[in-house]
Amino acid sequence: MVDELLFFMEVLVGGLLAGTMYSLVALGFVLIFKASATFNFSQGAMVFFSVLAFCGFMQDFNIPFVLAFIMAALLMVVVGLCTERFVLRPLMNASEDTVLMATIGLGYVLEGLAQAAWGVEVRRLDLGIGDFPVPWIADNLKLFISALDITAGVVAAIMIIGLFLLFKYTKIGLGLRAVADDAGAASSIGIPLKHIMLLVWSAAGVVALVAGCMWGARAGVQFALVDLALKALPVLIIGGFSSIPGAIIGGLIIGAVEKVLEVYIGPFFGGAIEGWAPYVLAIFFLLYRPEGLFGEKIIRRV
Amino acid sequence: MMKPVFMTYTKKDLINLAVCMVLSVLVIPSFITTEYWYTSILIPWLCLALATIGQQIVMGYTGQLALGAAGFMAAGAFAMFNLILRVPDLGFVGSLIVSGLIAAAFGILFGLPSLKVRGIYLMVATLASQFFIIWMIDKFGWFKNYDSSGIITAQDIVILGKPFTTPLAMYFVCLAVTTVLTLLAMNMARGSTGRNWMAVRDMDIAAESMGVSLLRTKVQAFAISAFYCGVAGALFAFCYLKSLEPVAFDIKLSFKILFMCILGGLGTINGAFIGAAFILLFPVLLNAIGNNVFHGAIDATIISSIEQVIFGGLMIIFMIYEPLGMAKLWENIKQKWRTKFPTMNIKNLTSSIGKKS
Repeated sequence: MVDELLFFMEVLVGGLLAGTMYSLVALGFVLIFKASATFNFSQGAMVFFSVLAFCGFMQDFNIPFVLAFIMAALLMVVVGLCTERFVLRPLMNASEDTVLMATIGLGYVLEGLAQAAWGVEVRRLDLGIGDFPVPWIADNLKLFISALDITAGVVAAIMIIGLFLLFKYTKIGLGLRAVADDAGAASSIGIPLKHIMLLVWSAAGVVALVAGCMWGARAGVQFALVDLALKALPVLIIGGFSSIPGAIIGGLIIGAVEKVLEVYIGPFFGGAIEGWAPYVLAIFFLLYRPEGLFGEKIIRRV
Repeated sequence: MMKPVFMTYTKKDLINLAVCMVLSVLVIPSFITTEYWYTSILIPWLCLALATIGQQIVMGYTGQLALGAAGFMAAGAFAMFNLILRVPDLGFVGSLIVSGLIAAAFGILFGLPSLKVRGIYLMVATLASQFFIIWMIDKFGWFKNYDSSGIITAQDIVILGKPFTTPLAMYFVCLAVTTVLTLLAMNMARGSTGRNWMAVRDMDIAAESMGVSLLRTKVQAFAISAFYCGVAGALFAFCYLKSLEPVAFDIKLSFKILFMCILGGLGTINGAFIGAAFILLFPVLLNAIGNNVFHGAIDATIISSIEQVIFGGLMIIFMIYEPLGMAKLWENIKQKWRTKFPTMNIKNLTSSIGKKS
């Protein structure tokens, strides 16, 4: 009985920690959605692009870890700059769906560029953190929890706190919230829209880079990262598109539910139900609480 | 508007149809003799254009962002395989219709969330259909007749006792199905069904207050869309791939069809054909350039990456400058031509002005 409970706890904790990885991807979506009410479908491609660039700098040019990370982050700022200038600004007055489709195109561009520049083969990314159970926890609590999962959890926590403070207590954060509320009104009282957009897209780019490092260390840096990033979508639906805590809680729920279902129910159906379980869960949420757990109520004016 | 001659088709449509039929039935078979053109361009073009019409119905006409076309195609393809295997009495055409209907049932099921949500939310809900259908086919051996290799060979097409196995014969099968379904789609789009769809797309609340049932319209759009995708998927598997594997219908194909739909022109039937042709032919062209101009100096993976960049870039450019896609571009060119040389179309022009007033 105790063993079963321990096993369940292990599955649950593993799922929760794996969920923080989804949260990290979802965080990028939320940042952009919060500041511009734009749904950025290319976030997954940004994850792939940034981490492939990071690996490329490190492995092809032998640039040290920290410098390569900074260069990749700067590259994401450039990507943000170009996106603002060439995609978002011309589409300022376009409908939501049009912008969404344009970001799908943007995702394609980023994926293509990344592969053209750095090749298509799977790269290994070694962060110096092993993806194996931490001995200390295994000995004392009898839970097998990967060090990488814990790192991802800690990184996610730091980023959430940082972003939360930024949005809540700084002038920039106030500007961001104002733009999200009503871009026209915000610019009329002198908030520089351009800078705000650039800032948000750069921040989302850096978040994507961090998420990419975590995913890359686990699964290798490869094209499948884009598909993994799609799983951030159900996370967002559960947590709410405009809520940073929502992204975290959503990620935890998705991570835990998919792992528990996979381990306990999966075997009856031949396994691999994690592929669709998050989406079905999202549908149930959509039916009963379309705005998500923490999202603002969706109001459509006629 | 011109007066319809038959159902909703005008004289101009009938002339267009006649021209297309002459081109596709007489001209193409007599001029194109290489198998390559049939097996790798014309057949997939017709199949994917059909799937794109399905996507058009739900996205272009009804305005619901859906991203699960490949899932419905897979449902259609595997339904077809099982129907031919288990119910041989149905015949090819019967199986094709029934497999379309099975896909339509999935369409209704996964279209239901559209009643509650829209935009990106709906997109996520339709992604569920994509992943679920592929998983289901993959995991339950019955759908694949317990074949362990993963790739099943599609049965030969036999219609009324006659085998259709040469590329040319398969081309005619695809052509016939596509023509019939395209004509039907045009008729639906122009009739009350299509008007309801477009009313929901343009402003669902207004449509509802005018007495258009949202439930009926949306579910109908999803069902018909999935029917088209299902039939297209069956043709795709039986005429083009000649094999059945769930991997062939992954999310990438869904994106491809979405691109065909958007680049071709949302809310147009001819846009589906233009978009499908562009997405299919462009890589061929790019490869030809890579091989002939650079003599293979550029790696094939780089060419396919460049292709992706160009598709994405075009998507952005079209969204900015012409959200209605290539079909609208074509319309604009025709319009310019007409104003430049008014004498050439004076008869058409006067008749259309006369009808308007």
